[in-house]
Amino acid sequence: MSAAAGGPGAAGGAKAAHAVPLTTARAAGFVRCHACGQLARHRRLPPGSEASCPRCEAPLHLRKPNSIARTWCFLIAALIMYLPANLLPVMAVTYFGASEPDTIMSGVKVFFSSGDYAIAILVLIASVTVPMIKLLGLAYLLLSVHYRWAWRPKDRTRLYRVIEIIGRWSMLDIFMISILVALVRLDAIATIQAGAGATAFAAVVILTMFAASSFDPRLIWDSLEDVP
Amino acid sequence: MTAADSGHELVACHDCDLLHHVKPLPVGTTARCTRCGSLLAQNRRDSLDHTLAWTMASLLLFIVANSFPILSFEMGGRVQENELFSGCIELYSQGWWPLAALVFLASVLAPALRIAGLLYVLVPLKLGRPPLKLVPVFRLVEVLEPWSMLEVFMLGVIVAIIKLSALAEVVMSTGLYAFMGLIITSTAAVVVLDPELIWRRVPQQARTDASGAGGSRPPRGRQPAALAEPNA
Repeated sequence: MSAAAGGPGAAGGAKAAHAVPLTTARAAGFVRCHACGQLARHRRLPPGSEASCPRCEAPLHLRKPNSIARTWCFLIAALIMYLPANLLPVMAVTYFGASEPDTIMSGVKVFFSSGDYAIAILVLIASVTVPMIKLLGLAYLLLSVHYRWAWRPKDRTRLYRVIEIIGRWSMLDIFMISILVALVRLDAIATIQAGAGATAFAAVVILTMFAASSFDPRLIWDSLEDVP
Repeated sequence: MTAADSGHELVACHDCDLLHHVKPLPVGTTARCTRCGSLLAQNRRDSLDHTLAWTMASLLLFIVANSFPILSFEMGGRVQENELFSGCIELYSQGWWPLAALVFLASVLAPALRIAGLLYVLVPLKLGRPPLKLVPVFRLVEVLEPWSMLEVFMLGVIVAIIKLSALAEVVMSTGLYAFMGLIITSTAAVVVLDPELIWRRVPQQARTDASGAGGSRPPRGRQPAALAEPNA
């Protein structure tokens, strides 16, 4: 890959960016600000003080602080909440006095049995597949960094970006429940109540979003260098 | 600022930390990392003007979407109307306040703060002077981006309508059409904005003032680091 310039109107073949011969900012003695992207010189500071970005004053770190430990924490918490999220009912429909609890999977099944295959697959992807990809994908990335695997760093970076982008779509079920409980409030005829599973499911979504934002993809590339 | 005499700028990749010299980009082009493909720099046509326009449109649509019902539901002769925030209120009254808070954040508060924050930053910049507290306000705008989930909410509405279609008829109302427009305008505002342009407008002397004797800070023994010099 040597591509650089792209998009409409790009001067054909002209490189807009070229790498300083395979040097990372860290190896060259620079820190990139997490908040605004400004490059700053990395300096050793006395203990107890921290460097701040010369442009936006955010604290400067070479890598996200405690990235691996924090990501594991959020990930394990999410994994624990994953069980009640799938086992407990996310809502209960009371129709003429008869109450029927719904879990995430039973909701998907209803769509399948009523013939709404497109919606069934959509909900299945958003509520079941996406959280699973996030949990497994982040665990894989963490392990790959821990054991310093050199295998396909570019694809692993891409996996990380996908995990970051798809995370929010799991909120689909939570929003659907919030619409349903507000709309179906016809006292004696039909009501819909949210269930404990919904809170657990929301916790999984939030915790995996935090886990993804705690992970630092630069660790994938650090493994390739001979820096201890 | 960090641009060298040659016009090159030193940029580190957000995802893999590789250093690049980036030339001034022609309008409408982007520069990507040569190692991992992540976006390094971009030059969008009139980025800040376009962002301001889309954000002003978002403000109008946000007000309409929150003032009118989004759905109405008829069953057994009774009509139930639903506003954008009714879901939060109902979840709260059922005792699920963390859920209510999350739905409120993702569907109302985060989009509202993002629109307000962007207008607060962009209007003064358009008039030629950076606003007070530009840094914390714009940082909040950036932090809230993943928490503003309008398009996911819309999908939730669609799934809810289909789920209820077996029980009774659900009718889409004015608020929902405004909401669909809001999704388009707020997504467009995100796409056309180049945050680097805003960060470049952080006033230099405000920073020295703030860390000087007259400022209300300095916080917790932080020391400003030196700017990177290109071609080092």
